[in-house]
Amino acid sequence: MRVVLEQLINGLTIGSFYGLIALGYSMVYGVLKLINFAHGDFFALGSYIGYTLLVFASAFVTTRVGLWGGLVVTVAVAALCLAVVGVLVERVAYRPIYPAGRLPAVVSALGASIILQNLIMIIWGPRYQAYPAALIPNFKVQLGGLTLTALQILILGISLVLMVVLYFVIQRTTWGAAVRATALDRDTASLMGINFNRVIRFIFTLGPALGALTGVMVGMYYRQISFTMGWNYGLKAFTATILGGIGNIPGAMFGGLILGVLEMFGSAYISTPWKDVFVFLILIIVLILRPNGLFGEKIAEKV
Amino acid sequence: MPETGRETVLETRELTKRFGGLTAVESLDLRVHRGEISSLIGPNGAGKTTVFNVVTGIYTPERGTVEFQGGDITGKKPHQIVEKGIARTFQNIRLFPNLTCMENVMAGLHCRTTSGLAAALFRTGRQTEEERRIVEAAEDRLKQVGLWETRFELARNVAYGRQRMLEIARALATSPRLLVLDEPSSGLNPRETEDLMAFIRRIIRDEHLTVLLIEHDMNVVMGISDWVTVMDGGRKIAEGPPRQIYHDPLVIEAYLGSRK
Amino acid sequence: MTARFLPTLRRLALPLALLIFAGFPFFANDYLLDVAFFFGIYSLLGLSLNIVLGEVGLYDLGHAGFYAIGAYATAILNTRFGIPVLLLLPVSAIAAGVFAFLVTSPIIHLRGDYLCIVTIGMGEIVRLALINNPLGLTGGPNGVYGIDTPTLGFFAIDSSLAYYILVWVVVGASIIALRRLQRSRIGRAWNCIREDEVAAQATGINVRSHKLLAFVLGAALAGVAGNLYATKLLVVSPESFTFWESCLMFSIVLIGGMGSVPGVIIGAAAISLFPEVFRSFANYRMVIFGVAMILMMMFRPGGLWPRRRGGTEARDLLQRLWRRNA
Repeated sequence: MRVVLEQLINGLTIGSFYGLIALGYSMVYGVLKLINFAHGDFFALGSYIGYTLLVFASAFVTTRVGLWGGLVVTVAVAALCLAVVGVLVERVAYRPIYPAGRLPAVVSALGASIILQNLIMIIWGPRYQAYPAALIPNFKVQLGGLTLTALQILILGISLVLMVVLYFVIQRTTWGAAVRATALDRDTASLMGINFNRVIRFIFTLGPALGALTGVMVGMYYRQISFTMGWNYGLKAFTATILGGIGNIPGAMFGGLILGVLEMFGSAYISTPWKDVFVFLILIIVLILRPNGLFGEKIAEKV
Repeated sequence: MPETGRETVLETRELTKRFGGLTAVESLDLRVHRGEISSLIGPNGAGKTTVFNVVTGIYTPERGTVEFQGGDITGKKPHQIVEKGIARTFQNIRLFPNLTCMENVMAGLHCRTTSGLAAALFRTGRQTEEERRIVEAAEDRLKQVGLWETRFELARNVAYGRQRMLEIARALATSPRLLVLDEPSSGLNPRETEDLMAFIRRIIRDEHLTVLLIEHDMNVVMGISDWVTVMDGGRKIAEGPPRQIYHDPLVIEAYLGSRK
Repeated sequence: MTARFLPTLRRLALPLALLIFAGFPFFANDYLLDVAFFFGIYSLLGLSLNIVLGEVGLYDLGHAGFYAIGAYATAILNTRFGIPVLLLLPVSAIAAGVFAFLVTSPIIHLRGDYLCIVTIGMGEIVRLALINNPLGLTGGPNGVYGIDTPTLGFFAIDSSLAYYILVWVVVGASIIALRRLQRSRIGRAWNCIREDEVAAQATGINVRSHKLLAFVLGAALAGVAGNLYATKLLVVSPESFTFWESCLMFSIVLIGGMGSVPGVIIGAAAISLFPEVFRSFANYRMVIFGVAMILMMMFRPGGLWPRRRGGTEARDLLQRLWRRNA
């Protein structure tokens, strides 16, 4: 039982990563119907920026604000950088393509992803890099008979808070309503006074920033990062987006959590090499049974 | 008064269609007779298009049956129903926008031809012959609706009124026994509407068709219908010859739609 | 490109292409012939995906899976049972086609975007299954090696020139077959489905069976490409059949022009030759590649050689039909 719970915690941790990345995918996908292949690379870039800060600026930062402060600054800087990168990519690579339709946008997104991924490789090198162990909290905690690492608690805590806040933002604030409305019907939304460009800027700053934060967390959790991580996580996160239902932004978060848990149990009880196959099979079965995703999409087609 | 054989071509019995909690059509008994022009009218949201969608196989009803020419077609797939002889047009014209007018109409001939994979790959004599027949039949239909000159134009570049006629031509190309038209005069100016009505009368006569249509334009309903069925809130509330419906207090009460 | 020269260009295209094909070996060394071979493979892959994506409009991002099935079918049957590789060409096609039929039947009704993610999943499942070496068949991450070179009667196909001819003969045959399909009842049904699935159903087209047919044919052709790839490389391993390969194929079809056979060939040229041309730029060449993709979509989203309806295509059909009779 204890093992199962610990596996569950593991799964939820991974799932939080997927969920937070999936959120960025889902917002862009819902509003633009675009599979933002570059989103995974935003996440990776965030992770690498965090790495650079921790390795090279740590001495400077930690003497002023302490270990935890240093981490906060790292995350903040990474998120800020990615917010800028996100808007830039949208402006340069996506906006000119919108009039051409969905499929050209997919190719353009692929191109953006190639550029980002290879730039990361050129700047930081093709080999694995490692987050410095000395700067990462390392102690274990006993919680009701379970042994958890402080890192897990930290990550789960932050993710939980973030997801609750984001759920609130998406479902209950005007900003969130604007995003959802634009995702449902762009023209009517703009007729209702919603500024499309503002919505775009919103999702292309929030999404990448979240991705950067997740990137730093992943770096701290696994320690090793590589320039292909964007692709790997991106695919899983996109799967989570679809699992939750197209255009269903909160659904993407839950989709990510479910995916993480499935992956963990698949790895533990089936076998590690087949875990991804297991996850994809579950996805396919879910879609066969519920063609509109687990939580249903918010769009109906009128004949 | 056209000769209607009073033979039932289409009949629905206790047709019921629900979407989650909403009952779009409730226990509908509808009858259309051979050679007739039958209209289905009612306020928006009455369930008219849903009836069409069930009859043409896009939806499966929760309860009730649909019978066409004596055979049960309830729950059959749309393309099977077309093969049996019901063709339809849509409220918001659904053409193949990036295909030519010619190709749009040729599509209608798909269900009446048989060339398959082998025939296509090996260009058999039979396939060439069939292709020729398809092209000729399509050209005839285009001439019939006055679209022959624009046959190589992309459908999306053709004027709205002519797009409607193109959709009808495509439906006619399937050689139907029953033509189901969803608001065919919507978006047409009075002159085009007159032409449409004359056209419908003509094809009924020349091709021994039966027509079922949804309409909001009362001129069209009164002008060409032999029989009118009125729906409101998913139910049938009245039926009869047009004059009778026009004066029916229930119908008037249920909001007859715009009197143009 | 001014519109005035376009008709002449189109008419000259075929004879020009044949000339280039025949003349190329005289100017090329083995290395260039190998490059041309892989250009041919990508042409086949692009043509195969074009059936699904270009003609029917189904988002298939897992096509590398079918490519892999064909390659591994050839590899396994040849190394274990000694069956000659050219004989395995139709076998690979059938294996991939049957596989496609089995896996796409339950999901063919899914709406575009959901179908997309399922195809991605399928492609990954194939690749992961190959890596995990079920029943010891697939050799795991190292793959299967020791495949024979093809023999045609007394001719052994083991020179770069021979492979070059082999692949381009297959491409030629495929082009002929695909153009015939395009101008047939099936091809028209496919295009109608792409334009508006509901309208296609309502016009009497069996959408489900036509979609399945497209997947099966697309998979079969990809399987053929897999066979040829295996016979050239003499080794197959899972890393040649990644999601990235599926994305490349997708890009070939989009960059060339959806539904356009000459477009796909050009797209394949762009994708396979581009990295070669920029080889000297080392790491930067992929960045340039990405930039080129974006620029392409910005300035020619319809593709380098888009399919042109109305006009030439329709008149060609009529001419052909009436010429037969006259």
